[in-house]
Amino acid sequence: MKIIVAIKQVPVRDSQLRVEGAWIQESDLSFEINEPDAYALEEALQLKEKHGGEVIALCAGPARATQTIREALAKGADRAIHVETSEENLSTLDTLGVARLLADSVKAENPDLILTGLQSDDLGYGQTGVVLAELLGIASSTIIMQVEVKDGAIRVKREMEDGWFQHITMPMPAVLTIQSGINKLRYATLMGIKKAKSKEIRLVKPAELGAATAKIEKIYVPQKNKQTQIFEGDAKQAAAKLVEKLKFEVRVI
Amino acid sequence: MSVLVVLEQTGGKWNRMSWETFVAGQQLSAEMGVDLHVAVPGSGIGVLAAEAATKKCAKVYAVEHELLKDYTADAYTAAVEGLIRATNPALVLFPHTYQVRDFAPKLATRFSQVLISDVIAVRMEAGSPVFVRLLFQGKLNGDVRVSGGGPYFASLQAGAFRVDALEVGSAVVETFTPALDASAIRQKAEAPFRESARAVDLTAAEIIVSVGRGIKEKENIPVVEELAKALGAEMAASRPICDAGWMPMERQVGSSGQTVSPKVYMAIGISGAIQHLVGMKGAKTIVAINKDANAPIFEVADYGIVGDLFEVIPALVEEVKKAKG
Repeated sequence: MKIIVAIKQVPVRDSQLRVEGAWIQESDLSFEINEPDAYALEEALQLKEKHGGEVIALCAGPARATQTIREALAKGADRAIHVETSEENLSTLDTLGVARLLADSVKAENPDLILTGLQSDDLGYGQTGVVLAELLGIASSTIIMQVEVKDGAIRVKREMEDGWFQHITMPMPAVLTIQSGINKLRYATLMGIKKAKSKEIRLVKPAELGAATAKIEKIYVPQKNKQTQIFEGDAKQAAAKLVEKLKFEVRVI
Repeated sequence: MSVLVVLEQTGGKWNRMSWETFVAGQQLSAEMGVDLHVAVPGSGIGVLAAEAATKKCAKVYAVEHELLKDYTADAYTAAVEGLIRATNPALVLFPHTYQVRDFAPKLATRFSQVLISDVIAVRMEAGSPVFVRLLFQGKLNGDVRVSGGGPYFASLQAGAFRVDALEVGSAVVETFTPALDASAIRQKAEAPFRESARAVDLTAAEIIVSVGRGIKEKENIPVVEELAKALGAEMAASRPICDAGWMPMERQVGSSGQTVSPKVYMAIGISGAIQHLVGMKGAKTIVAINKDANAPIFEVADYGIVGDLFEVIPALVEEVKKAKG
């Protein structure tokens, strides 16, 4: 089975973000794999271990994304495709633009399955996988918590709201967007890291990027609508003030 | 020209976010000076369509087909695509539900458009909509403008529009029968199910102490449990904590877990991603304890302590015990 995993590199979770123009200042940030994509990669590796085949990491991003791609290779992906965009592109391209780049670069691979995280931690549109499926003319299902391969078809467990789930069966090839928590993430081994150095990363340079239909004009820190009373002082002082509120105003103690 | 609102129902039951989207449609169509059309896709949805027609809009389309009985991405995409091609709306609005996330991006792609998802506000500027959406897990907002021929597609986050602003009216219901081909529907859906009967019902709790990523390790959970014990509170957690197996899934609060509205909700080391906020923002009093003063949880908190939870929580336990005598 040939499985492509689309991964994205995003700022590490606790980054202090500073707005610069219509995007964030990236120069002093560190980056890591988008968390749901890490689960998608793990799912791909487990499917390969069960059914054999190949796992190809696919990533659209600037040169810095190479680090995240190497980490995917170190965890066990067999090779990678890096669609190299300039620094600015990925913040100005919309999801349709990114999905088009991804679709162009995987068409010739004819994968059986494409996995990706259900959404990115930065833009959070939550649709690159679905759009990619539509562009490739293949089936998709989203927010997946379990994947079984049976007689050339796949049966997945789709998460719904309020703790409900549903099983869906569809033919391959297909695109699945994976929910965090579907599996337990592995760490790269020393051997894996060593091996990754000699694995192939095919570099694709997009010829021309179409204009985005959806453009971020401005980003900013949300305006607070609610008055939050912050208790100052050291831990003990702040705790005492909070307990006073809970006892005499909220009356739960 | 029109604004089209696509309502969501499952098995004859409304998804309540539909009504908020209805309100958005009423307000935006008025500002744009165009008609509001409302679509109800499904099978045997006459009663629901009639109910929708008691709200103010120009027309309700009962998008009726037996292949829409159980939701599938392919059937819903084709059905709504058919209605859009027949009615040519300028703007199509959806509630931002799991189902919409499953098919609406596909639908927008068929019109070479992008679904502007997770929208928290919309304003009109020079006759065209500007969508405000969350970025970076709610740490920043972004204003998004769409260009191209349209129609434009947007899905609205819970709470973006107030359902009590819904205006009543009397509209005509028209049945729209989409051209669907059973062999073109690739997904075969089975009946929805729940993992198990819920052992823990958090909705009855008066005080909830909830823990997030800030706890760092499973071994640290007892630090917060101490506080819950002192307060007589139920323990809950944000999704990542349950994903990691540090707390049972049934104690998860948020869009994929339980929705709670206790007297007091204490969010400890929880940054406040929207998926969590929708599950707890109905709490009467919200207390946030977080080391990051810019964490979105402070957007909804009544009381806050900015600090290291490993210092604050033990101090809090001591003070609670003291106050209880």
